[in-house]
Parts: sequence; C-alpha cells; structure tokens
Amino acid sequence: MKRLMSSTSPQTLRLVALFLALLATVLFFSTQIDGYLSGRMFNRIATSAAVVLPIAVGQAIVVMTRNIDLSAGSTLGVVAYITGQTLGTMPDLHPALVVLMAMGFGAAAGAINGILIAFGRVPSIIVTLGTLALFRSFLVEYSNATTITTASLPVWLVDLPQKVLFSLGPLEMRLTVVLALAVCVIVGLALSRLRVARRFLAVGSNPDAVQMAGINSAWVVFVAFVLSGALAGLSGFIFLAKFGNITVVAGLGFELKSIAAVVVGGVSIMGGSGSILGVLMGTVLVDTIDNSLTRWDLVSEFWRDALLGMLIMAAVTVDTLASRSLTRLRGRSGGGQ
Amino acid sequence: MMQSLKSWEGGLLALFCITFALNAAFAPEFLTLQNQINLFQLSIEKIIVALVMTLIIINAEIDLSVASVMGLSAVVFAFLVNHGWGGGAAAAACLVVGFVAGSVNAVLIARIGIPSLVVTLAMMIGFRGFARVLVQDQSLGDFPGWVTNLGQKGLVGPLPLSLLLFFILLIVLGIVLHRTGFGRQVVVIGTNAEVARFSGLNVGRVKATLFILSSLAAALAGLLYAARLGSVRGDSALGFELDIITMVLLGGVSIFGGKGSMVGVFLSILIILNLRNGMALINVTGHVQTGVIGILLIGSVLIPNLIHDLRAKRSRA
Repeated sequence: MKRLMSSTSPQTLRLVALFLALLATVLFFSTQIDGYLSGRMFNRIATSAAVVLPIAVGQAIVVMTRNIDLSAGSTLGVVAYITGQTLGTMPDLHPALVVLMAMGFGAAAGAINGILIAFGRVPSIIVTLGTLALFRSFLVEYSNATTITTASLPVWLVDLPQKVLFSLGPLEMRLTVVLALAVCVIVGLALSRLRVARRFLAVGSNPDAVQMAGINSAWVVFVAFVLSGALAGLSGFIFLAKFGNITVVAGLGFELKSIAAVVVGGVSIMGGSGSILGVLMGTVLVDTIDNSLTRWDLVSEFWRDALLGMLIMAAVTVDTLASRSLTRLRGRSGGGQ
Repeated sequence: MMQSLKSWEGGLLALFCITFALNAAFAPEFLTLQNQINLFQLSIEKIIVALVMTLIIINAEIDLSVASVMGLSAVVFAFLVNHGWGGGAAAAACLVVGFVAGSVNAVLIARIGIPSLVVTLAMMIGFRGFARVLVQDQSLGDFPGWVTNLGQKGLVGPLPLSLLLFFILLIVLGIVLHRTGFGRQVVVIGTNAEVARFSGLNVGRVKATLFILSSLAAALAGLLYAARLGSVRGDSALGFELDIITMVLLGGVSIFGGKGSMVGVFLSILIILNLRNGMALINVTGHVQTGVIGILLIGSVLIPNLIHDLRAKRSRA
C-alpha cells in the first residue's frame, strides 16, 4: 500500500478517489431510491450536468492561472437571454451559427474581464465581483424585465435537449451531452498535449518564472478569461435549449456551481494544477448528488444546499490533508509547508 | 506608502463631499436628522459586518460566508421565537450559532490551512442551506413587540440600537486596528504571513480570532436585520457579501492584505450610502445602483493603477 501510494502521482490518486466517491454515491442512492439505476436517471443527470460542464471547464482554465471568474453565472444569463431574443426575431439562423454567436457574446464579456485583469492589473476577484453585478444589472435593464418564452423559440432549439445521437442500451447519448463532453475532450487534450495550452498551468504555477521564461503572462490570463466567457456562453446556449424560459435571474448562482465542480474536481485554487478529467468527475458528482437528493424521500429537498456545502468542504479538507500526508510520506517535507 | 494612503482618503473625502452636496441640493429633506438616520438604517447590517471584514481583508484573507451567516442567524431567531422561545434566549442562541459558524471557518482556515476563499465559499452555500432547511419556503415573523421596537425605533433619542452598535464597533475596531498590538499583528500577517510566522507570531490564533469575530458580527447583524424587517425568509440577506466587500475595498484596503485604514472604510461607507440615496432620488432602480457600485469597485483599483503607469511613463520620458 505504501509503495503504491508513493509510486502513483498525487493527481492520479485524486482522480481515483473522486471516482470511488462517485461510485459510492451512486451505490448509496441505488439502495435508497427505487429504479435509480435506470436509463431515465442517467439521462436526467447527464442532461443537467451538460449545462454546467462547459462553464465549469472555463472556470477551471481561469482557476489554473491562479485567478477566479465570479461573473460566469451572469455571463451565462446575459448570453441565454440575448441568444433567445435573437432567435425570436431571426428564427432561420443556422444552428451552428447560433452556437458560435452565443460563444462570441460570452467571449466579449470575458474579454472585458480579461482586459481589466490582465492589462489593468486589477485582481480577478475584484473585477469579476464587479462584473457579476454589472452584467446582471445590464440584463435587467436590457430585458426591461421581460421573459423569453419557449413559444418564441424555433422548434429545433426546443427539441434539441431531447435529440439523441446514439444509444447504448437504455443510456441515451443526447446531443447536448455530447457537445459538453466534446468541450472536455478538446480542452483536456489541449492542456495535456499542446505547449501553448500548458501555459495556463505554468502561469498559475509560478508567474515570476513564467515571466523570466519569456512568456507574456498577461496575454495568457487574458485568453483564459476570454475562453471562460466563451464557454459560459456555450452553457448559456445549452441552458436556453434546456429550459426555454429565460428570466432576468437565469444562471444566478452558476458561478458557485462551476467553482464547486472545479474545486471538488481537484483543481488547486492556488493555480498551477488540475485536470479536466477531474473537473468532469467533479461536475458529475455534484450534479448526481443534487439530482438524487430531490428524489430521495428520506430527506427534504431543502437539504440540498446544506449538503452541497458540506460536500465541497469535505472534498477539499480530505484533499488538503491527504496531499500533506502524502508529501510527508515521501519525505519531501523540507520547506516547512 | 503613507503618502498614497493619505491621498486615497483625501480622494474619498472629496467624493463624499460631492455626493453629500448633490443630495442636499436636490432633496430638501435630505439634511434632516431623521433622513440621515434612515440613510444608515437601510444598510446598517451590511456596514456593521464591513467593519470586521476590514480586519479580515487587511489580514490578507476573505470571508464570503458572512451574508449566509446573517441569513442563518435571522432564520434561527425566527424559528426559535416561533417555537416558544423568549426573544432574549433566542438572540443568545443566534450568537452561539455565529460563534460555532466562525469556529468552523477558523479551524478549516487557521488549523488545516485551506484557503479562506474556498472555505468561506463552501460555507456560504452550506450555511445558507441550513437556513433553508429551517424555514423551507416559508416566511417567519410574529416577533415580540419589544424586538421589532428595538429594531425599528430610536433607543437613545432618535438613535436606534443598531446605529449605536455600529458607532461603538467603529471606534473599538478602529482603536484595535491602529493602536493595539493585536492590530499590528493583523497588519504584519497581512503583509507577509511567512515572515510573521518566523518572527514568532501566532498566525493561526490571529486568523482564528478574526474569523470568529466576523461570524459573530454577522450573527448580530442578522438579528438586527430580523428585528428591523419583522420577518425573515430562507434567502434573507442573500448576496450582501458583494456590497460588504465593495465597501471595504473602496475604502482603500488592499485585497492583497497589509494595507488599509478604518477611516478610509468609514468614508467609503458614507459614499456608498449617499450614492445609493442619491440614485434612488433620481429614480435609478436597485439593480442599476448595484451595477454602478460594481463599476466603482473596479475603478477604485483600476484608476490608481493607470495613474501609476502614467507617472512611470512620464518619469522615463
């Protein structure tokens, strides 16, 4: 056991632990809820995780650079509203164009954050706390408190969440789920294979060293926020397709959901480490618990947030304690950390 | 550094005078004592919590859970009163809740060493969740008369209890921060925690004290909030942390710690209160007010940065 512990990387151990936690959660609820291990439940969780996944991946990129994007939920709401409104007036727009437009609007919002943070040198927590309020108040003013309704949307968009690409037995792989997974695969491969993408991790790991190595870290941070905005925009599009009705509170709290998924997924809030596979499992774990609790008779659904908060705290505490004892185990405790 | 701090407060003072003068010019009733009290009363809970948040941010930490602790405390009070507890006992229980909440934050941050951003973010969700568990989707009221009187009416002349508490806290915390050994420790740890630790300061104990104080202040603020409004819900005080942190940062407190003054934060509180009042007078909606304050928050850090760049460029030329 000890040899195993010291021969695998902490990152791999973290993923294994996450997977075991996910497995334990599913097994636990399968004993509690009738018909839990069914295609229906899988589809329910998959479609709801698909909304969170892109925004969580974007958040992960930002957190890897040792920053944070608290405005992501507001961006999601603004993009969902504007996209819905545009489709109301121009229902014949090509679907691919609509997705690109949503990501474009999101990227524009992300660019505002990025300019202020990377080039204005204002800490990301201040900027995005400000734009969290600013984007939301923009939405309230812009929408004049009107709602986008399903009736005003083209049929293809309303049917999109039910669209099945292929099925594995009772497990349907729906288009939105595949879209979200594609984002994970692309970003995940880029972060592990592409030198340019690895700069996100490098900047978060040691900004000074990166500067000395001749990398323009301001530019890297700027790109991270643009990507985070674009992916929040993609989540906004999936949100619009899934719910159809968009009010001024659309996406409220999604910044917390995305940060929760990222932190549970083992991305260090101090930047420089983390994997997209972890973010994927973190998102699915949080969403599985969320969706299962609403169907669990023993506990009222009002327990959801309380348990979610405790779960995040438990995940982070175990992670901190485990990685510390792992470091001690390997006898690299010099430095006093 | 002292010079820039002084000029920052000078700028705040000027901004305050402008907003105050504009308010006075456009609304004749603005200068009455009652209106000035109302001005404070509308945000009294936030500005009480902002005072302890000042110490936390100077200590290079952050507490995002304050609004949830406020909500939880308000809800616990309403819940207990509706279950036959006396107002005094229920209020005491709320302070205990605040102490426990703060201790949880303190252990995780100071003992286990998890970043306060993560801990208080998780607790922001968790504490709010417990508030929702207690009241579900109801709204609880029916407080004893003396409680709502204390929350809404003047205690000493026209001055209500909450306002008195605010000024007492302002003076006490101002003295603690700027005139005591503990205050110096808060600043030194905020400047460089590593150096502070190696020079023998008990960094963990200082941080733990601050987070317990913060949750206690939030619990007290939640009680005042419940007493002022007369009823509470699961989402009471939701999102207040944004306003609270804005007040502190606009007051010239550095988000990286080590720098800031109570006078600056007090001036920034006055500016935000007057600004909101003024915007309400010219019929600007609450959401836009929040947006303007968001711009103010970003500008408060961006503009000094730009000025610094400009000066650097000029001195090079």
